[in-house]
Amino acid sequence: MSRKISVSATINGQENEFLCEPRQSLLEVLRDVLNLTGAKEGCNNGNCGACSVLLDGVLVNSCLVLGVEAQGRSITTVEGLAGDELHPLQRQFLENAALQCGICTPGFLVASKALLEKNPNPTEHEVRYFLAGNLCRCTGYDKIVKAVMAAAEEMRAKA
Amino acid sequence: MIETQEFKVIGTRPIRPDGIDKVTGRAQYGADIKLQGLLYGRVLRSPHAHARIRSVDVSAAEKLPGVKAVITGRDFPAASNETVHAGEGVVNFSYLSENLMAQTRALYHGHVVAAVAAVDVHIAEEALKLIKVDYEVLTPVLDVIEAMRDDSPVVLQEVRTDELGEKGTKPTNIASHGRHDLGDVDKAFANAAVIVEREFVTGTVHQGYIEPQNGTAISSMDGSITAWTSTQSAWDERREISEVLKVPLAMVRVIPMEIGGGFGGKLNAYLEPLAAALSRKAGHQPVKLTMSRDEVLKATGPTSASVMRVKMGADKSGRIIAAYAWMAYEAGAFPGSPIGAGAAVIFGPYRFENARIDYYDVIVNKPKAQAYRAPGGTNAAYAAEVVVNDLAEKLGIDPLEMRLKNGARQGDRRADGPTYGPIAYLETIEAIKVSAHYNSPKPAPSRLGNKVGRGVASGYWGNWDGRSSASAVINSDGRVSYLEGSTDIGGLRASLAMQLAETIGLKYEDIRPMMGDTQTVGFNDATGGSRSTYGSGMAAHRLGLKIIAEMQKHAAALWDVQPEQVNVKGDVYSCGEKAITFKELAGQLDETGGPISVSVSLDTKGALPTFATQVVDVEVDVETGKLQILRYTAAQDVGRAIHPSYVEGQIQGGVVQGLGWAMHEEYVYDKDGHLLNGSLLDYRMPTALDMPMIDTILVEVPNPNHPFGVKGVGEVPIVPPAGALANAIYDAIGVRMNVLPMNPRNVLKAIGTI
Repeated sequence: MSRKISVSATINGQENEFLCEPRQSLLEVLRDVLNLTGAKEGCNNGNCGACSVLLDGVLVNSCLVLGVEAQGRSITTVEGLAGDELHPLQRQFLENAALQCGICTPGFLVASKALLEKNPNPTEHEVRYFLAGNLCRCTGYDKIVKAVMAAAEEMRAKA
Repeated sequence: MIETQEFKVIGTRPIRPDGIDKVTGRAQYGADIKLQGLLYGRVLRSPHAHARIRSVDVSAAEKLPGVKAVITGRDFPAASNETVHAGEGVVNFSYLSENLMAQTRALYHGHVVAAVAAVDVHIAEEALKLIKVDYEVLTPVLDVIEAMRDDSPVVLQEVRTDELGEKGTKPTNIASHGRHDLGDVDKAFANAAVIVEREFVTGTVHQGYIEPQNGTAISSMDGSITAWTSTQSAWDERREISEVLKVPLAMVRVIPMEIGGGFGGKLNAYLEPLAAALSRKAGHQPVKLTMSRDEVLKATGPTSASVMRVKMGADKSGRIIAAYAWMAYEAGAFPGSPIGAGAAVIFGPYRFENARIDYYDVIVNKPKAQAYRAPGGTNAAYAAEVVVNDLAEKLGIDPLEMRLKNGARQGDRRADGPTYGPIAYLETIEAIKVSAHYNSPKPAPSRLGNKVGRGVASGYWGNWDGRSSASAVINSDGRVSYLEGSTDIGGLRASLAMQLAETIGLKYEDIRPMMGDTQTVGFNDATGGSRSTYGSGMAAHRLGLKIIAEMQKHAAALWDVQPEQVNVKGDVYSCGEKAITFKELAGQLDETGGPISVSVSLDTKGALPTFATQVVDVEVDVETGKLQILRYTAAQDVGRAIHPSYVEGQIQGGVVQGLGWAMHEEYVYDKDGHLLNGSLLDYRMPTALDMPMIDTILVEVPNPNHPFGVKGVGEVPIVPPAGALANAIYDAIGVRMNVLPMNPRNVLKAIGTI
């Protein structure tokens, strides 16, 4: 068994210290060490986006990041999106029926948050382009794209 | 009568009860489970597509520190050779067991040879490298036509062809040859004014659910097994674990977790019995197994590659008078492709008096074919819908008119036997005919030289009813705790709670639904065959009637009258001048006879087939062969849309899945039978960028057999897309496609560029 390394990181706004093996991915650490199972493993090689998280605000596949790389950095997972109320994206996903099985939903929500932070007023094409790294097999994407556009509109109105 | 029903809840679009958990990351899917003392397992898979296993030596793996158990074929008792209906097809337990864990033969690249449980997954992976397997590599059989030749190597030596009901005498890869005959097809072809005959070849494809298979189990010291898993069918899983590990049914409990997609691929066990067998050997500690994506593609799911020859003849007026299909489907390494369903689908939308279908189930060295959304339907409809359009063109008839002229209606007998009840196919054609899409000009190409075409196709799917159970408790605040047993794979809790609320006159929010397990609620068939909103909806309705009957008794006790004297309207119970609401009465249960709980178990009947007609606009880049879907509209008879958003979602998802199959998806094997594209980069499923919005038209022709008119909606939308796209490509460039996927290479081949 390889030796464990101590890592300090900010996770969903909370200072956190954890032990992990150098070979463990950030996804593995989130799920198995920190009990944050919202990020899902769909492929473990960066092709499906189900494990999407924000690393210092940048959208990454957590299966392609090592746990030790989180040292000193800030991570946002789906568990960190809602405050006392749901994030507009979360509520719009529900109101627009943008999830069926829901396994890809955490990744889509995190990716959509990254999109709207960069581009608060995306076109349909821009939404589709940005979300092309997240696979959904249930919805055909129609209602996901509509939910993201609706959330963007709502957030613009509030801003 | 049903047409005039007025609804308060049905037809609205409430938020699903499991929604918040699913958007906040709290929902517990199979792989999310944590248990005290949990061990992690990994599976060793055959690197060969076809081999004899001479020996498996696990001694070094067992000695690795952190390893708690290693299992091989020796740990699996011989299973019964019984074949039973399970999930959406039939299961032979002996073959199921051999598919879970190889004994003396490895039958496809990825076939399980051994499994390890260890304190962490990395140690389990290291242990796999220490297992020595001695293989004698054999020639693989990889192609359906070659597999059918007399001189082909044979995959399963014990198989004899079931030839129209008679058993063959020599070893073969042809598990069965069936035939459907209607009228006199030869004579009818001789009288045809126009005949079209074409051959089609389609590749092996996968369901592509985003959540890999998983299974966690404890085998207790008392011999009982508890398994947590993502499954479409907890009761089928339980039966399979029981049969494979020889544990009585009542000693096996299967707890379905949230499930990340299935599409037919999670009807049968893969990992759960292995986890239980490992737990049994690892001092009864719980063991969790999960698959990697590579394993999912190599060893689960796929649906059949196929070769089909379709011939249709019509008279001068455009009436189809004869149809013939020859169909061969790959079953994978064990008998049981969805060829039977394919043979029902291929001519399902059409009426004619003379037809013959010859259909073959063919064994090859690929993973065992599993159900995949309208199993066997998409490829079959592809073949037929291209031929119907060809026939229409030769006769100078509009493709929709051709379908209206020849479309099946009530009372028609399908080529494979059944006579249609009150179906609504023609209505879906009419819906497309008057749609905004069909009546607007084709879009202009995005680039000079590109061509745009429009195509239509239709599809049929049979739908299932099946067995459903449910129970409910009336709480003193008037809300109802509702336990149902069908896997909720995309909004079922909402759709069922709506039907229960409608029945008993409560609000949707007054029903608190929950999914039970094999120990907490009565028997339920799989969520598959588009049955759950239908069958479990019927159970919800019956449950509601029982609740009403119980509440009538309590109201009667309150007023000292007979239950029959209590009238019920919505949520108001009354007798003469006296009246009380459901909620008020629920607060007085203890004074009127005590608490109420009810349960129902039904063997539902009366599911009706559904039909879909779809239109697509495609842009073809004739230089590269690339296709771009520009616009898509899907019309479907949905019976009654309980929750219209979820019905639309089923249609949109089915269409896009069908387009993935039509455009990109295909297993690629080398000549030795190694799967070369076991990743989601190389097994190319549609992304958001590949697709336009999918417009839906819900045609509501209620099913008279269901209290709310429900028809299954989940499967038929995947049936027409490949045919519609092929017909659109023809409209664009004048080339009839005859192969799936219609990827750039195959489009360029069809054009003649390469």
